[in-house]
Amino acid sequence: MMGLLILLALTAPYICRYDPMAQDLYATLKKPMTEGHLLGTDQLGRDILSRILYAARTDLSVMAAAEVFPFFAGTFIGMAAGYFGGRADAVISLITDTFIAFPYYLLVIVVAFMTGAGIHGIIVTFMIVGWLVYARVAKALAASFRNTEWVEAAKLLGYSDLRIIAFEIFPNVLPQVVVVLMTDMAALLVSIVTLGYLGIGISPPTPDWGSMISEGQSLINTAPYLSLIPGFMVVYTGIALSLIGDGLADRWRR
Amino acid sequence: MTADIQYKIKKETRLRAGHHFVYALLRALSVVVLITIAVFFLMRLVPGDPAVMVLGEHADEAEIQKLREQLMLNEPLSKQFAAFLGNIFLHFDTGDSIKYGVSSRDLVLQYAPVTLALVAYASVITVISAVILAFLAATHKDSLIDHAIRVIPAFTQGMPVFWIGLILISVFAVNLGWFPVGGVGSGMGGFWHSLTLPAVTIALGQIPSLVRSLREQLLEIMDADFVLTLRAAKIPESVIFRKHIFKNAFVPTLMLFSVNLSYMIGGTLIIERVFAVRGMGKLLFDAISNRDFPLVQAVTLYCAVFVVLISLITELIAAKADPRMRQKEKSFGNNAG
Repeated sequence: MMGLLILLALTAPYICRYDPMAQDLYATLKKPMTEGHLLGTDQLGRDILSRILYAARTDLSVMAAAEVFPFFAGTFIGMAAGYFGGRADAVISLITDTFIAFPYYLLVIVVAFMTGAGIHGIIVTFMIVGWLVYARVAKALAASFRNTEWVEAAKLLGYSDLRIIAFEIFPNVLPQVVVVLMTDMAALLVSIVTLGYLGIGISPPTPDWGSMISEGQSLINTAPYLSLIPGFMVVYTGIALSLIGDGLADRWRR
Repeated sequence: MTADIQYKIKKETRLRAGHHFVYALLRALSVVVLITIAVFFLMRLVPGDPAVMVLGEHADEAEIQKLREQLMLNEPLSKQFAAFLGNIFLHFDTGDSIKYGVSSRDLVLQYAPVTLALVAYASVITVISAVILAFLAATHKDSLIDHAIRVIPAFTQGMPVFWIGLILISVFAVNLGWFPVGGVGSGMGGFWHSLTLPAVTIALGQIPSLVRSLREQLLEIMDADFVLTLRAAKIPESVIFRKHIFKNAFVPTLMLFSVNLSYMIGGTLIIERVFAVRGMGKLLFDAISNRDFPLVQAVTLYCAVFVVLISLITELIAAKADPRMRQKEKSFGNNAG
C-alpha cells in the first residue's frame, strides 16, 4: 500500500496531465469522474488528481525529513538516560514531564507559529517536539538492559560508555524504535496536515492535503468531495504505515 | 502490644501517604516552573525581531521602538525574564495583549468557560462509551465486537480529527439538519445542543485508543487470582463484576483518561476552529493571526498549567483509591486486589 503511494508520488509529474497549480476558470468544480478530470476540479478549476499526487510528494517528503532528527536524537537521549539511570534519568524525566504537560497540538501549533510557517518551520517544530516518544521507549528498554550480562561483559572489556550505547544497546533498541517510527510517522503526517488545515503549515499554493481540506470546507454543502478526497489520502497513508509497523513488530517478535 | 503495633503501622502508612502527597506536589510545582521558563523562551524562537514581525517590514521606526519598549525587548534577557516571572507569579499574567490592549489573563479567563464546557462534555461522552465498549469487548473476548474494537484503532490512528468533524458537519448538520453547522447556541439547551457535534468529534478521536488500553486492563484484572478465588467461592458473577472488577478497573481508567486529557485539550482547540466555537481555540488562532505574542503565551501557559493540575488531582485520587499507587517503586510484586 505504502509502496503504491510512494510510487504514485514519485511518478506524479509523468502521470498527471495537468499542472497542479494551473487554474482553469472555465472548468471549475467539476464532479469526480468527469471527462478529463478523474477526481474532478476545485473552485479554481485545478485538477484534483494532480493536486492530490503532488501533495503526496510534499507531505510525504516533509514527513520523512521532519522525522530524521527526532528519531536519532530521541533514541540517543533515551538510551543515555536509561543506561546511566540516576540523575541523568531524573533530569530527562522532568523535561519529558514538562513537554507532556503541554497539550500536543497546542505545542505544535504554537511552536510552528513562532518558528514561522512553511516547510522549514515544520521541521524545526518537530525537532523540538518529536523526540519525546523515542526518548521514552528507548529509555525504558535501555534501563532494562543496564544490568544484563552482556552489558556487564562489555563494561569488563573496558568499552567506553559511548561505545556500549552505540554498539551494544542501540542494535537491541532499534527494532522497537523502528516500530514506534511507523506509528509516529502516521501521527506526524496528521500533524502536518492539521497545520496545513490551520494555515500555519505548508503554505498555499503548494499542494498539501491539509490546505486542500480547508479550501474545500466552505463548499462542503455543494462539493463535499473537495475535502473528502484529501482526507481519505491521509487515512490511507496512516493505515499503510500502521500495517508496516504491525508487520515489522510481528517479524521481530519471532 | 498489638494495639501498639497497629498504631505504628497506621502512623507509618499515614506518613507514607503524606510523603507521597508532598512528593507529587513538588514534582508538579517543578514542572510548572519549567513550563513557565519554556513559555518565556517560546518568544525567542521567533526568527528576527518580534516587534518587526507584529508591525510588518515597513512599519515606522518609532512605532517599532515603542512596541519593543512595551515588550521589553530593549532590556537585557535576565531583566526580561525577571519581569516575566514577576508578572506570572504576582498577577498570573503574561502582559497586555498587543491587539486588544487589555490583560491577556482576563482574555483567557473570558474565553475559557466555553472550552472547559466542551472538554467536559467530550470527556463524559468519551468515558461512558469507552467503558461500555471495553466491557463489551472484554466480556465477549474474541467475538465479533471484540475484533472490531481491536481493529478500529488502526484506522482511526491516522485520521485527522478535524476531518472527522467536517464529515459529521456534512452528514448531521448540512444533510440531516439536526445540529447547527457552527457557532454556539444561546440559552442552556441551545448551548449544549450546539456543542454536541464538536464534543462527539473530540470524543471519536479519543475513544478507540482508550478502549483498546482499557480492554487490556480489564482482561488482566479478570484473569487475576483474586477473581478466580471469588469464582471458586461461588460469588455470583454479577457481584464479582460490580464489586470487584469495576472497583479495580477504576484507577487504571482514571490514569489512562488523565493522560489522554492533555491530548484532548489540544484537539479541542482545533475542533473549536472547525465548528466556529468562540473559546480558547478561537482566542489562540486570532492571537496567532494578529501576532499577539503575550496572548499566545497566556493561552499556552494556562492550558499547560491546567493539564498539570488535572494530572496532579488524578494522581492523588488514584493514590487515595488504591494504596498500591503510592509505592510503585517498592512494589511487592503482588497484583491481587
